[in-house]
Amino acid sequence: MSRTRHSLRRLLSPYVLLAPGLLWLIVFFVLPTIQMFLYSVSTGSVDFGYKLTWSFDAFTSIPTYFSRQFENSLIYGTLATVITFLISYPLAYFIAFRGGRYKNLILFLVIAPFFTSFLIRTISWQIILGNNGPVIGLMHAVDVFHQVPENFTFMGEPVAVVSGLVYNYLPFMTLPLYVALERIDLRLIEAAQDLYAGPWRPRGWIYGAVGGALLGALIGFGIDWDVAIFAVLGAVLGAAMLGAFVSESFLRVTFPLSLPGVFAGSLLTFIPALGDYVNATLLGSPKTQMIGNVIQARFLTSNDYTTASALSFVLMVGIIVAVMIYARMLGTEDLSGGAMI
Amino acid sequence: MPEIDVRLVDVTKRFGPDVVAVDHINLEVRDGEFFSLLGPSGCGKTTTLRMIGGFEEPTSGLIELQGQDVTWLPPYRRNVNTVFQNYALFPHLSIYENVAFGLRRRKVADKEIRRRVAEMLELVELPGYEKRRPGQISGGQAQRVALARALINRPAVLLLDEPLGALDLKLRKQMQVELKRIQQEVGITFIYVTHDQEEAMTMSDRIAVMSAGHYEQLGTPEELYERPTTRFVAGFLGVSNMLRGQRQGEDGGYAIVEVVGGARVRVPRERLNGRADVEVGVRPEKIRMLSAGAASAERLNRLDGRIIHASYMGVSTQYIVRVADEADLTVYEQNVERTEEGSIHRPGETVSLAWPPEHTFVIREAGAVDGAQEA
Repeated sequence: MSRTRHSLRRLLSPYVLLAPGLLWLIVFFVLPTIQMFLYSVSTGSVDFGYKLTWSFDAFTSIPTYFSRQFENSLIYGTLATVITFLISYPLAYFIAFRGGRYKNLILFLVIAPFFTSFLIRTISWQIILGNNGPVIGLMHAVDVFHQVPENFTFMGEPVAVVSGLVYNYLPFMTLPLYVALERIDLRLIEAAQDLYAGPWRPRGWIYGAVGGALLGALIGFGIDWDVAIFAVLGAVLGAAMLGAFVSESFLRVTFPLSLPGVFAGSLLTFIPALGDYVNATLLGSPKTQMIGNVIQARFLTSNDYTTASALSFVLMVGIIVAVMIYARMLGTEDLSGGAMI
Repeated sequence: MPEIDVRLVDVTKRFGPDVVAVDHINLEVRDGEFFSLLGPSGCGKTTTLRMIGGFEEPTSGLIELQGQDVTWLPPYRRNVNTVFQNYALFPHLSIYENVAFGLRRRKVADKEIRRRVAEMLELVELPGYEKRRPGQISGGQAQRVALARALINRPAVLLLDEPLGALDLKLRKQMQVELKRIQQEVGITFIYVTHDQEEAMTMSDRIAVMSAGHYEQLGTPEELYERPTTRFVAGFLGVSNMLRGQRQGEDGGYAIVEVVGGARVRVPRERLNGRADVEVGVRPEKIRMLSAGAASAERLNRLDGRIIHASYMGVSTQYIVRVADEADLTVYEQNVERTEEGSIHRPGETVSLAWPPEHTFVIREAGAVDGAQEA
C-alpha cells in the first residue's frame, strides 16, 4: 500500500515540478498565440467587436503591402547580428583569455549601459549621429578636400538604425560568447599547438583582406551606404584579424568549442533585432521602417488587430523556421559534447 | 656514448621577480631512454617539461633538441609531443580525429592517416573506438588515446606530465607496465614527470629527483635508492635512517664513523670523500634485528637499542627502535618467520641492529658537513 503510494509520488513528481512553468507557458504564451491567430482570421473592429470569419485576407495582403518592411527587418536584423558578432567575438575572447584581474570590471562595463533605459540609450544615439553631433563634426573636420556634402546626414538612414541595433544588442552577443570561451580548457589550445597547429596559413592576411572586403561591401550594400568605404574598412580589419588573431588552433579548437556561444548569442541578438521598432522609430525614417514599426502602429495607433496579428504571426513562424534551419546548420546536438574536460 | 636527445644548458625560469621555478638546470637526456623528473609539487618539474615542449620560454639558458637549438621555437615547430595531465583530448572531435590531428596539420595524405591511426589504436589496444567521442570513454581509455595522439607523430621525444595521476591505483599499475612496453616498442625517448616515487622507479631508466627548482641527484633508480647523496633524496625515495657522526680512523677499505652513543659503524671509504663530519644512512629493510648480545659471524655494523613501537603491515612488520636514547631507527622485518602467537619481537625488548657496511650511504650536501671542506 505505502509502496504503491511511494511509487505514485515518484511518478508524479516530475510533472508537479513542471507544473508552474507549464502553467505560465500556457497562460502567457499558448493562449495568447491562439488568440492572436484567431484575431488574424477575424473581421471587425475594436469598436464593434471581432467576428471569427476564417478570412485569410490579412495574410494574403501581406506581400503586397508589407514586403518592404519585412525586407528591411531581415536585412537590418541580419546585419546587426553579423556586426555585433564581429565586434563581440574579439571582445569576449579578450575578456576570457587576456582579461586577468580586469575580467569582472570589463564584464561590468559591457552590461553597464543596461542601467539606463533602452529608450534613453537609443535617443543618445540621435545626439551621437545627429547633424550637430560629434561623428559628423569629426567627418567635416578631417574632410580637407570637401568630399563630404554639406547636408550630409546619418539620421533616417539605415546606417543609423543598424548602428542603434548593434549598440543595443551587443551585450546579448558578448555575454554568451564570453561564457562559452571562458569554459574552454587552455590545455586544449596548448595540445593543438603541440600537435603542430601553427599560424593559419602563410599569407593569412591576404585571405582576410579579400574576405573582409567582401563582407564590408555586403554590409555597405545592406545599409544602403557607400560600398567602397565599407569594403576598404572590411579589408583592413579582415587582414588584421586573419593575420594576427586567427591561427590553426583557433580554427580547429577554440572556435568549434565556442559554437554554443555563437549559437546562443546570435539568436539572442537576431530574434529581438528582427522585431525591434524602437531603433527604427528614433533613428530611422519612413523608408527604414521595420516590420516591428508596422505591428506597433497597427496595434496601438490604428487599432487594426487583424492585420497586426497576421503580421506578428508571420514574423513568429518565420523566426521559428529560421532558427530551426540555423540550428541544423550549426549541428547543435553535437555541441553538447563540450562538457568533457 | 649514446646520443643526447634533449640538452638543457643552465636553464632558469622565473615567474615575476621573486619566484624562481627552475634554477639553473643542466640536464642531458639520452636517445631512447625513459627519463623521469621526480619531485614534490612546486619543485619545477612541470615547468621544466613545459619549457622542453615550448609552452614556456626560459628566462635564461639554452634548450637543445637532437643538437638543434629550440629555445625560442613555438611548440608547433618542435619535434616533441606531450601527453597532458588531464589528457586534453578535443571534446568536439571523434577519437579518430583526435589521433589524426597532428598528421592533418602536417598535411599527410588521407590514406596514410587512416593506416597510421589504425596502427596506433592497435598499439594502445583501442581498435574499434574510432567513432567515439572523448566524453564516451573511460579515464584509462582517454589516457591511451592521448598517448596514441602524441605517438602517431613519431616525435623525437615524448613528454608526459603526470599522465597517470587521475587513474585509480589498480589501473595506474597496469598502465605503468603498458607505458613501459609501448616505450620499448616504439623506441622513442620519454621524459616523464611525476611526484610518485614508486611510479618513477618502476618505469625509468634514469631519474632526476627535483626540489626547489633544481635536481638533487640524477641516476638510475637503483643508484638513487641504494646510495642517495642528499638528505632530500634519502627521504623522498622510500624511508631512510639518518645518523650524524664523526670520522674516527680507518679499517681496511672502510672508514670508521662514530655515531650516536659512541657506537661505530663502517662505511666504504671512498663514499666519505675525506670528510670528518658526516651524515650516514641506512634503509630500514637492510637492517637485521638480532637478540641483544647475539654474536654475528660477519663484520656487520651494529647498534644496540630498545624497541619502542611495532606495527604489523602484512608483508612485513615495522619496528621503531630507539638507540642510545637519541635516535629512532625504523626497521622493516619480513614476516617470513613470524610465529602464530604474534610478533617475534615486542615493544620494550632490547635488540641489536645489524647491517652490512656496504648498505651504509653517505649524505654529500653541504649542510651535513663542514662547508669549508666541501669547497
